[in-house]
Amino acid sequence: MEYLALIHADEGEWERMPQVERDAWYEQYAEFARAAGAAGVLVDGAELAATTSATTVRVRDDERLVSDGPYAEVKEALGGYFVLNCASFDDALDWAARIPAAAHGAVEVRPVHVDAEA
Amino acid sequence: MTAPALEAIFREEWPRAVAILARVLGDLALAEDAVQDAFAKALERWPRDGTPRSPGAWIVTTARNRAIDRIRRERTFARKAELLARLEVISTDEDADVSTIPDDRLALVFTCCHPALAVDARIALTLREVGGLATNGIARAFLVAEPTMAQRLVRAKRRLRETGIPFRIPPDEVLPERVADVLRVLYLVFNEGYAATTGDELVRRDLCAEAIRLAKLLCVLLPDEPEALGLLALLLLQDSRRDARIAPDGELVLLADQDRSLWDRDEIGEGLHVLRRAESFRRPGPYQLQAAIAAGHAEGTDLATIAAVYDALVAVDPSPVARLNRAVAIALAGDAETGLALVDELEGLDGYPYRHAARADLLRRLGRAEEAAESYRTALALTDNAPERRFLERRLAELGRSGEHREQPSG
Repeated sequence: MEYLALIHADEGEWERMPQVERDAWYEQYAEFARAAGAAGVLVDGAELAATTSATTVRVRDDERLVSDGPYAEVKEALGGYFVLNCASFDDALDWAARIPAAAHGAVEVRPVHVDAEA
Repeated sequence: MTAPALEAIFREEWPRAVAILARVLGDLALAEDAVQDAFAKALERWPRDGTPRSPGAWIVTTARNRAIDRIRRERTFARKAELLARLEVISTDEDADVSTIPDDRLALVFTCCHPALAVDARIALTLREVGGLATNGIARAFLVAEPTMAQRLVRAKRRLRETGIPFRIPPDEVLPERVADVLRVLYLVFNEGYAATTGDELVRRDLCAEAIRLAKLLCVLLPDEPEALGLLALLLLQDSRRDARIAPDGELVLLADQDRSLWDRDEIGEGLHVLRRAESFRRPGPYQLQAAIAAGHAEGTDLATIAAVYDALVAVDPSPVARLNRAVAIALAGDAETGLALVDELEGLDGYPYRHAARADLLRRLGRAEEAAESYRTALALTDNAPERRFLERRLAELGRSGEHREQPSG
């Protein structure tokens, strides 16, 4: 079963961080990706550009409404994701707990919907 | 066969049947529906044809057949074939000895108490799937409308399915914390029946009995877990005081003032026996220590010894509530000053009425009436429970009457 791990963290803190510290975090993420890859769990993953680059689009009455900024303004913004293929929810939680942001931000785990009738 | 006897068999066999079907089908809702069908059939057949030789095997076999019927009526073929194939592993021998049926009840318990479910959902699911209680009974016990409880159960089962929470006994490395989660759910069930004093007394009594029954089942399923025995001992010892803790006029009676002849001696004996079994493992934990404290009260142990057990409890469970109880025990053992200082040290309990009530009581014992009154008022503002409110109001009124006179400790 596939699970999407949404990585939420304090964006301001990340931006203020000195490069060497940031590199250390990147190394931790690379380590996580290597481990998840070796275990056959990692399907996909990426870091997202800052929320300042986010644009939200809605269509109402055939009119396109585009606004700058993310869908929700929160302190711990969505900053990246992993798609993990795990045998069970418990395994997905175990892997999510190993994502570096779990230690300071939050990782939301969502199963990718499977159509039971398909 | 009488209706209560039938009911007893149903409650006993329900989790076994639900567990094996849930494991095989990987779907708790479908399993429950099939078992429900089987019980409906038993209710129709057994009084007419007699109780089958092996009621458990009859239920499992019938539920398996009902699951097949239900799946056949489903629309799509792919999943249908797969589920039907899975059901092949269940025996079709309705006379088989129940011990030949794989026992998946422990996996069922862990699944119902999974930490990814909300606590309310864990409690409701455990009572429904492990306890075999009907939805309307659970709703009554928790003072919510039946559709609300039904909705809670449906959502919980949907969450189990959608998140892919595994139906299994957790692996060793997480087992201790998952066992603690299960014990907590059972303790919450008990407390709902014991601490709250609103609602139908009989319903609440039944809920405590159900928590004890489930704790006994857990002790059978986890024979090497002293904390499961510790919880069972604690529940038995607390339950033994049930008739003494509420006066005939509905007022709350504190432990020290209870009429001990109302304590249930048999239940105390059983609790002490279970506690000794737990302690023979020599692996103490919070429930065993709380049971040891309850046992101390039951056996009339001196308060200083009881306070010492609280020290051990705080060492394994340094939560503010445990520390509050220790502070009170020290005060009751004769050192109200130290007890008060410890209560005042606690952080994070400002919204907890018992902290203010305990503080008020200690100040009252120390003759500091005005400060005591203030703490009683704070506790009152935080309490909804009617008998507890009346108790606090009575104490507050007594303070007014006794003025600045120092009251003798009653302890």
